[in-house]
Amino acid sequence: MPLRLLRFALSHKHPEPPMFTEHDQLGKTYDVVIIGGGGHGLAAAYYLARNHGIKNVCVLEKNYLGGGNTGRNTTIVRSNYLTPEGVAFYDRSVKLFQDLSQDFDLNLFYSTRGHFTLAHTDSAMRTMRWRAEVNKHLGVESEVVDRDFIRRMVPEMDLDCSGHSPIHGALYHKPGAVARHDAVAWGYGRGADMRGVEIFQKTEVTRIDVKHGKVRGVDTSRGYISTPKVLCAVAGSTPRITQMVGIRTPIVIQPLQACVTEPIKPWLDTIIVSGSLHVYVSQSDRGELVMGASVDPYEIHSTRSTLDFTEGLTAHMLDMFPFLSNTKVNRQWAGMADMTPDFAPIMGKTPIEGFYIDAGWGTWGFKATPVCGETMSYTVAHDQDHELIRTFRLSRFKELDLTGEKGAASVGH
Amino acid sequence: MKLLTCPINGTRPLQEFTWGGEFREMPDPEQATDEEWADYVFNRSGAPGVKKEWWHHTASGVWFIAERDTERDIVLRTYLYTGKMSDD
Ligand SMILES: Cc1cc2nc3c(=O)[nH]c(=O)nc-3n(C[C@H](O)[C@H](O)[C@H](O)COP(=O)(O)OP(=O)(O)OC[C@H]3O[C@@H](n4cnc5c(N)ncnc54)[C@H](O)[C@@H]3O)c2cc1C
Repeated sequence: MPLRLLRFALSHKHPEPPMFTEHDQLGKTYDVVIIGGGGHGLAAAYYLARNHGIKNVCVLEKNYLGGGNTGRNTTIVRSNYLTPEGVAFYDRSVKLFQDLSQDFDLNLFYSTRGHFTLAHTDSAMRTMRWRAEVNKHLGVESEVVDRDFIRRMVPEMDLDCSGHSPIHGALYHKPGAVARHDAVAWGYGRGADMRGVEIFQKTEVTRIDVKHGKVRGVDTSRGYISTPKVLCAVAGSTPRITQMVGIRTPIVIQPLQACVTEPIKPWLDTIIVSGSLHVYVSQSDRGELVMGASVDPYEIHSTRSTLDFTEGLTAHMLDMFPFLSNTKVNRQWAGMADMTPDFAPIMGKTPIEGFYIDAGWGTWGFKATPVCGETMSYTVAHDQDHELIRTFRLSRFKELDLTGEKGAASVGH
Repeated sequence: MKLLTCPINGTRPLQEFTWGGEFREMPDPEQATDEEWADYVFNRSGAPGVKKEWWHHTASGVWFIAERDTERDIVLRTYLYTGKMSDD
């Protein structure tokens, strides 16, 4: 047993300080108020303090830290997207992720696994080739591989998928990884807290005070705060907040579900995604298979889960891995995904002065947590969109200048 | 099993239907500014509430309107589109 654990066992007091300071009272004014204590909000707070020296900041979370989509996601990190803007953006995030455990002095269990996107049709193969070329051009490791390569790497897979959906090949992305999602939120939270940011859980923003097109403060379940700058990082609750300031967006909320099996002996060390079969899977350190599919087929603002989902998902899992037929599903859950029509996020300044948005993260925003924190903190500090996020601005819709990331993001992960 | 009532075919399993998104009044394409048109095409009232939405009974091709509470996922009523929605 490690000595640290022994210290816990023998000590009467809790020998490890808590991750965050508990503040009794909300302050009266802050330079920046961040709504949402998920990974994105906490990362923005961390980089505001660390990179820009802005420390009079609070993060308001209506439930507990990381309890939104951050703590519900299947933690796939990758950068093999389709548009050059998307690839550059996600690649920056993967690079930040790789150093994050060091940065935080906290083990994120960041585990580089290699990521396969399977192609079951000629047209899917064409998209894979296109993605591989864009990726390589931007220096991202990504290549189209054939059945033999897949067979060597994943010998357990039935490459013919019971005969009705044979796999032609795949896009292989070596840096594809998984990480411990809670730890990402906690690491950013602790880092921000250490630098003077105040974090409040169980504190809900109920109104945003806007006068003459400018933010002046927020009403919360624990009183009023005055502030010139508000960053909205609330994923599935985004339309409720944008409604408070009268901004219209294309965001539609659809649940995204996931589930895990009972722990089994380690056999799958890569991440497997199939767009045609609507399935993605990896095996956790505990041996559970972590699985997800596409979003539910219509708008719902709750996190209920359904039998339809597990039935559909497990049927497709068995097409690929028939030997799992006796493996049991242990838990299932859902998050509210904030979907956009072009499968790209909405980030940056808005028509309201001092109101910044980091949303539209749908089913793919965990991997972007570090880069969102970095670029949004810059945007808030300088009141100017960071160059990596200009393509994701809210005004792209009225300018009819959409981003078009569907080919690489439509199966949620 | 979740059920939905098609005004023509009666109550059927939800799997037989496709969601067509929120019902929106189309502005006159000749009169609308580019901005009004983009707002109509892209923007939605994303916050929860009782909404009018298009649903499609896939097997028979019937399109109709459902009024649904998007937080509780409960359908209040369904009816055929008659061409005048804003008056009712
Ligand atoms: C099942 C599932 C699987 C996914 N898989 C992947 C994946 O494999 N890879 C990937 O990259 N992404 C994935 N995603 C997407 C990813 O989880 C999200 O995009 C990302 O976590 C969003 O982080 P966030 O910090 O913006 O939001 P959240 O973590 O949702 O945080 C927002 C917080 O805001 C709080 N809040 C809301 N309203 C208020 C208010 N009025 N006042 C105060 N606080 C408020 C909420 O309580 C919440 O904690 C998945 C999502 C789901 C649901």
